[in-house]
Amino acid sequence: MSAGIEENVLELQGVVMTFGGLMALSNLDFNVQRGTIKAIIGPNGAGKTTLFNIIAGSFPPTEGTVKFKGRQIQHLKAHKIADRGISRTFQTVELFGNMTVLENVMLGCHTRVRTSFMASGFVLPQSRHKEKRIRESALKILKFIGLADKFKDSADSLPLGEQKLLEIGRALGSEPELICLDEPAAGLNETETHVASSLIKAINAKGTTVLLVEHDMKVVMKISDEILVLNYGRKIAEGPPEEIRNSPRVIEAYLGGEA
Amino acid sequence: MLRIAKFPIAVFALFILVFPWMARQIPAIEHYPDIMVFAGIYCLITIGLSLLMGYAGQISIGHAAFFGIGAYISGILTTNYGMNPWVCMGIGMAVTAVVAALVGTPSLKLKGHYLAMATLAFGIIIFIIFNEEIEWTGGPDGMPGIPGLILFGFEFDSVERYYYLVWGFVLAVFVFTVNVIQSGTGRALRAIHASESAAGAMGVDVARFKILVFVYSAVLASLAGSFYAHYLNFINPATFDLFFSIKLLIMIALGGMHNIWGAIIGTGLITFLSNEWLYYFEEFEVIVYGAILLFVTVLLPEGLAGVPGIIKGWFRR
Amino acid sequence: MEKITLASQLLQYLITGLTVGSVYAMVAVGFNIIYNVTEIINFAQGEFVMLGGLIMVFLHVAIGLPLILAFPATIILVTLVGILLDRLAIRPIRRPSVLTLIIATIAVSILIKGTASLIWGKDPFDLPAFSGRNPITFLGAVVQPQYFWVMGFLIITAVALSIFFDRTILGKAMSACADNPDAASLVGINVKQMILLSFALSAAIGAVAGITITPISLMEYDRGAMLAVKGFAAAILGGLGSFPGAILGGLIMGSIESFGAGLVSSGYKDAFALIVLLVILFFKPSGLMGSTEISKIKRF
Repeated sequence: MSAGIEENVLELQGVVMTFGGLMALSNLDFNVQRGTIKAIIGPNGAGKTTLFNIIAGSFPPTEGTVKFKGRQIQHLKAHKIADRGISRTFQTVELFGNMTVLENVMLGCHTRVRTSFMASGFVLPQSRHKEKRIRESALKILKFIGLADKFKDSADSLPLGEQKLLEIGRALGSEPELICLDEPAAGLNETETHVASSLIKAINAKGTTVLLVEHDMKVVMKISDEILVLNYGRKIAEGPPEEIRNSPRVIEAYLGGEA
Repeated sequence: MLRIAKFPIAVFALFILVFPWMARQIPAIEHYPDIMVFAGIYCLITIGLSLLMGYAGQISIGHAAFFGIGAYISGILTTNYGMNPWVCMGIGMAVTAVVAALVGTPSLKLKGHYLAMATLAFGIIIFIIFNEEIEWTGGPDGMPGIPGLILFGFEFDSVERYYYLVWGFVLAVFVFTVNVIQSGTGRALRAIHASESAAGAMGVDVARFKILVFVYSAVLASLAGSFYAHYLNFINPATFDLFFSIKLLIMIALGGMHNIWGAIIGTGLITFLSNEWLYYFEEFEVIVYGAILLFVTVLLPEGLAGVPGIIKGWFRR
Repeated sequence: MEKITLASQLLQYLITGLTVGSVYAMVAVGFNIIYNVTEIINFAQGEFVMLGGLIMVFLHVAIGLPLILAFPATIILVTLVGILLDRLAIRPIRRPSVLTLIIATIAVSILIKGTASLIWGKDPFDLPAFSGRNPITFLGAVVQPQYFWVMGFLIITAVALSIFFDRTILGKAMSACADNPDAASLVGINVKQMILLSFALSAAIGAVAGITITPISLMEYDRGAMLAVKGFAAAILGGLGSFPGAILGGLIMGSIESFGAGLVSSGYKDAFALIVLLVILFFKPSGLMGSTEISKIKRF
């Protein structure tokens, strides 16, 4: 990365989301700089999950644009967005319970392989080679997240903390440039939260940009480079952690406007 | 890793190879190869259906329609136009692929009960067409005089020859399907079954994969239909009714939906039940099938293929 | 001499359509009752209609019980079958998934069909019409009185159900289950019993439909499947879960079928309802009166 060039990996402009008569997001503008960790926080109902779903391609915004590396993506379906280099986890863990830990991560690598139905049926040498590569990649990721010894276990059988790690590992499979984590610490105890935060920092250290939604303020303050605060679908503050911590508007939003 | 061992496949292939010889030695089961031809034809359908329902998690209660389309296209083109049966088989598969894509694209956007009902409705509509378009299909009286299969002068005119032809195809399709299951494609399908949204988020084009596997299963059913037509040399609409679609369901439920071997086991058992063991108890056929399906659904959800796992579970205690 | 004008011909189709549609409406209502409480689509719904007709034949024709006794007796017996369906096929399933439940109700439907074929054989049976077969002339159309019995019972059923769900405690409890089973059980409603009740009620309504339609169109052992599919089509057309929708959907479906058979092709009669079903599923699965049903689809 050349010094002095701050590239915005993700740019949202004028994003509005209305469901029927309800305005979930109104006139949202923000950017995510390459290589940073940006957290989105806000009281319940502030629109964080809606925002995440728009970025991830679950549905398009009513108005506005979402640009990834300069190109618009708000109209794209989820799998196309994954192709472009954005990966995500889910608020309530959505692992593939019918597969092993290793297979889950291997599926995460799906975008890096062009598998055709016919080729897989005839087991052409190219597909066998690709399979081998994916397997090795996946094992490496499992080592990175600390689940290498459980690679044969059913994903269902892991405790929640490890399931959340696995979901992050799966999201890493596509070697994304931007990874979106939806409440990575939800439901975790202190030890597990610590492991998760360290993992997120490690992912970021390798160059991946991280966007996360989180309720656990300790985690947010500890690892984020920048924080965006939403309330009632509007941005009410944006800046580094110290600024947000001391912002009266933010404090009022959490204490005064508790939903 | 979903390893489907190669050794049992080899053993099974060997069994298929020697079975007709074995049957000839025992007068009581001399006619079994004939039943096995039917079992093989149905296996072509259930292998595809198992991939669709067991691995990809989609439902179809209308596959009899694709079976029928293959049979009737083969029948019509060979008897009315004298075309080469193998070419007609290919045409049947191509037409079926198109129909399946057309029906599948809007249907597979539906889930659960809605998908089931859509496939059900489609299956019955095709059945009605077979019955009503008498000029083409001969209507309820059926279409006789369908020629047999010949390849470079070699006539498949005996039970044994047809047996090896059909089972050769079955084994090839089985191995092909096993390869798909063990590949990245198979993984994508199983991911779709577990969570469509997560699969999509990981870059799986869910809609495309669903249609792909639906078309694959439909094309196999069409192939089976063509084999059926050329074996019996006669077809009529009653074969391709809703009850047959349900029978297919019973075959894979009995064998075990989430295991590709389940398709073979279940199909074999039900075919023998149908053509042999219940032969003299025809009135009880429907009740027996209902009872089997209910029993399996409530007490044995993984089918017979799940039995080794259950027994292992007992020993662990 | 009666002049058969186009108008009276169309009226004839309409009345036939409304009559047949009343049966579809009752099947659709039955679907909705179970669906609302359990989110299950009961593929065996049509078998209740079939059993209603055939059991009535047995009690009224074979044994000779008078209509006034045979009617309720039949309903009770079919209701028992509905209860058995819940007890033997639905409740025991350990890990209920959509696929499993679909297959379970399919299994029961063919079990019932098979049993019926053993008991009654494969021939169709007739029932004497409730008030005779002297045709009534109605605005130029010639109509059997039984047609009005069918439509009448639809109205009675609709009224009875709305009183039940709106005014009785039991009915309100069932509606509560439909809206929110967790909350319902928290306030002490026995959800499992409500499920049982929903199956019982659906079976009873199906029986009524079967009893009233048999004097017109006879009844045989395998009529159940088509009735179920068409009743489902009616339910979807009206919006799955909506009772007024079910009735509207049933009447419309019956009319489409009747006009289609009369004006286009009688051989393809059954196909009309199915084509309508596919069209709705593909283009507007929420139906005419449903709106939040789309979110229910996503729940699958």
